[in-house]
Amino acid sequence: MTQSALFLAQAGAEATVSTGEAISFWVLGPIAVAGALGMIFARNAVHSALWLVLTMLSLGMLYLIQQAPFLGFTQIIVYTGAIMMLFLFVLMMVGRESSDSVVEVLRGQRLTAAVLGIGVAGVLAGALTRALTDVTPAPPLDPWSPEGGGAGGLGRLIFTDYLFPFELTSALLITAGMGAMVLTFTDRHAKTGKRSQRELVVARFRGEYERPSPKPGPGVFATSNSVATPALLPDGSVAPESLSELIESTSAARLEAERKQVTGETPQPDAHALVGSEQDAAKSAEAEREDGDR
Amino acid sequence: MTPLLAQAQESMTRAELLADDPLWLILMKAVVLMLVGPILTVVLIVGERKIVGRMQNRPGPNRVGPFGMLQSIADAIKLPFKEQVIPDTADRKVYFLAPVIAVVPALIGLAAIPFGPEVSIFGERTVLQLVELPVSVLLVLAGASVGVYGIVLAGWASGSPYPLLGGMRSAAQVISYEIAMGLAIIGVALYAQSLATGDIVEAQASGWYFYLLLPSFVIYLISMVGETNRAPFDLPEAESELVGGFHTEYSSMKFAMFFLAEYTNMVIVSAFATTLFLGGWMFPFVGLDSPLNQGWWPVLWFFAKMAVLLFGFIWLRGTLPRFRYDQFMKLGWKVLVPAGLVWLVLIALVRAIRNDGNVSTGQILVIGGIAIVVVVLLTLLIPEKRVEDDDSVPITGGGHPVPPLDLKVPETTPRSKALKAKAKSAKRTAALASTKEGSDGDL
Repeated sequence: MTQSALFLAQAGAEATVSTGEAISFWVLGPIAVAGALGMIFARNAVHSALWLVLTMLSLGMLYLIQQAPFLGFTQIIVYTGAIMMLFLFVLMMVGRESSDSVVEVLRGQRLTAAVLGIGVAGVLAGALTRALTDVTPAPPLDPWSPEGGGAGGLGRLIFTDYLFPFELTSALLITAGMGAMVLTFTDRHAKTGKRSQRELVVARFRGEYERPSPKPGPGVFATSNSVATPALLPDGSVAPESLSELIESTSAARLEAERKQVTGETPQPDAHALVGSEQDAAKSAEAEREDGDR
Repeated sequence: MTPLLAQAQESMTRAELLADDPLWLILMKAVVLMLVGPILTVVLIVGERKIVGRMQNRPGPNRVGPFGMLQSIADAIKLPFKEQVIPDTADRKVYFLAPVIAVVPALIGLAAIPFGPEVSIFGERTVLQLVELPVSVLLVLAGASVGVYGIVLAGWASGSPYPLLGGMRSAAQVISYEIAMGLAIIGVALYAQSLATGDIVEAQASGWYFYLLLPSFVIYLISMVGETNRAPFDLPEAESELVGGFHTEYSSMKFAMFFLAEYTNMVIVSAFATTLFLGGWMFPFVGLDSPLNQGWWPVLWFFAKMAVLLFGFIWLRGTLPRFRYDQFMKLGWKVLVPAGLVWLVLIALVRAIRNDGNVSTGQILVIGGIAIVVVVLLTLLIPEKRVEDDDSVPITGGGHPVPPLDLKVPETTPRSKALKAKAKSAKRTAALASTKEGSDGDL
């Protein structure tokens, strides 16, 4: 600590912002801001997360350029690599179509959010004004020496001067990890625990589930290999479970072109021609345009 | 403290040499490094197909060029010209972005790998490395962790279930195995007292870390296979379960880019393993000032070591069946991570005792040996797990069909009956024939 303080005191006097640093700041800064705005305004939750990744990456780059490679790479590995990845993981699990519910779950949520938002805006404005008026540029760091911001110096500070906050943080993280485990743990041997494969089979035959066997697959006949072909029961009637809900609910208009193509109602290109006739090309172009419009 | 400073001094010279590089040299190195990944990919693909072919008693590709060695070039020309099929439900922007995200970090990773010592290129003294950072090890890790985005986003953006499952698996897999990999690397960093790859190689002049830090090496090797989604850990693209996994819906150039990313990642983790554990560019058993460790020769040693590791990748693929997903996670979290943690504590302990200076290596070995013996004796005290010993033989339900104990095996089987009948009839006809012959003779 004393060493680093000394180092900072030494070089603090006549540090300036170099041209390279200024250029990289004006390139990366707007990208970071754009990422943040994109995160807020993106409709899709996954896109939102990706914009945030962009912001984090450009912050990491800024750290790298300001001679703090350890911090920069840690930012990329920990935030971009691990935390955002987990976020994405959860978003994908939830599903891409899920939209935000607008129902307030917490009482007084809007009021609290407004107050906190104003507070954050105030802090940001204060920091900005301070940054624009009376902040002296920091001296350049020397990442090769522990005193100049290298990983070694950082480690020493964490395990000496900042040991207590560090331990507190780790206790917090461990508590969070334990909490997650306790909340998601299912005891297989408990009464309400997860059933094993064999127990499930027995339960199925006992009639605790809808049917003992899996649902019948689609029928595949000589005339068609479409998944929309229903399976037939022994008496020749259609097995209702074999009908795909997804296909049934797709509007017929959307599949019309494909159906026509499959049944051979559309004009086929000459078997010897390398390309379709010009008429076909015009038609398909038109169809594509329609697709685009839709 | 002193060794740390001394090493920092040395690396300054290495970093300074790199900082002195003129722009043309930096550009040249960058271009060569960019090409290393793709060229090795082309070689690896055909090599893998030939080697796996030999392991499975078939010739492998043997049509294009001498011994089929130009097969990948033909594939590389063919792939970009194939039709692009884009699913209707795909999220188009992310769908196009994903292969790029997969490839670019993979190409960056090689920048921090030291391929050789100080050499002279067109009269310019330099080091065979593009960039030396005080934390270059983290650069490689960061590249790997960003590269996963490519796979995960590809899976999600395809808008179909199998790729999504592949993408999810990949995310979980890489996050889990990155921890084990990080623990293995921390061991090296503790021993080399540096996170700079150049320093780590030079610190191995007195002994390579693959035997000094054997557990770290083993953990790294396993997790590097997991990290690159290669067999037996290729769950994100398990073709028997998920069609093609995350790249099911990709075709043409974009598929080629995923291929490139996978093989380049293999090259990077192998190069990284060589740097961290196999002495980097050094020749075994000779000092740093030996002529074998001067000039351009070390590049050859480096690539030879890397080739051994890459062969290991292919060998694994030809040998081991794919892991089941839960087994794979169990291996990562319940074996590799705890083992890595325990080993890390041991290393830290030994380093702390060493840094004290009053204890010799012999003393450490003796005390360590005694500790191991005590632990082994203590494990002997743990009572053995009782296996319920009942004489009943499982009739059914044991997971394998077993015939009942009182099964009567009939003396005769239909086949033996048929055989007997056949023999009898043959004898009869023979007898008939002989009597006929005899009567003929009589006449």
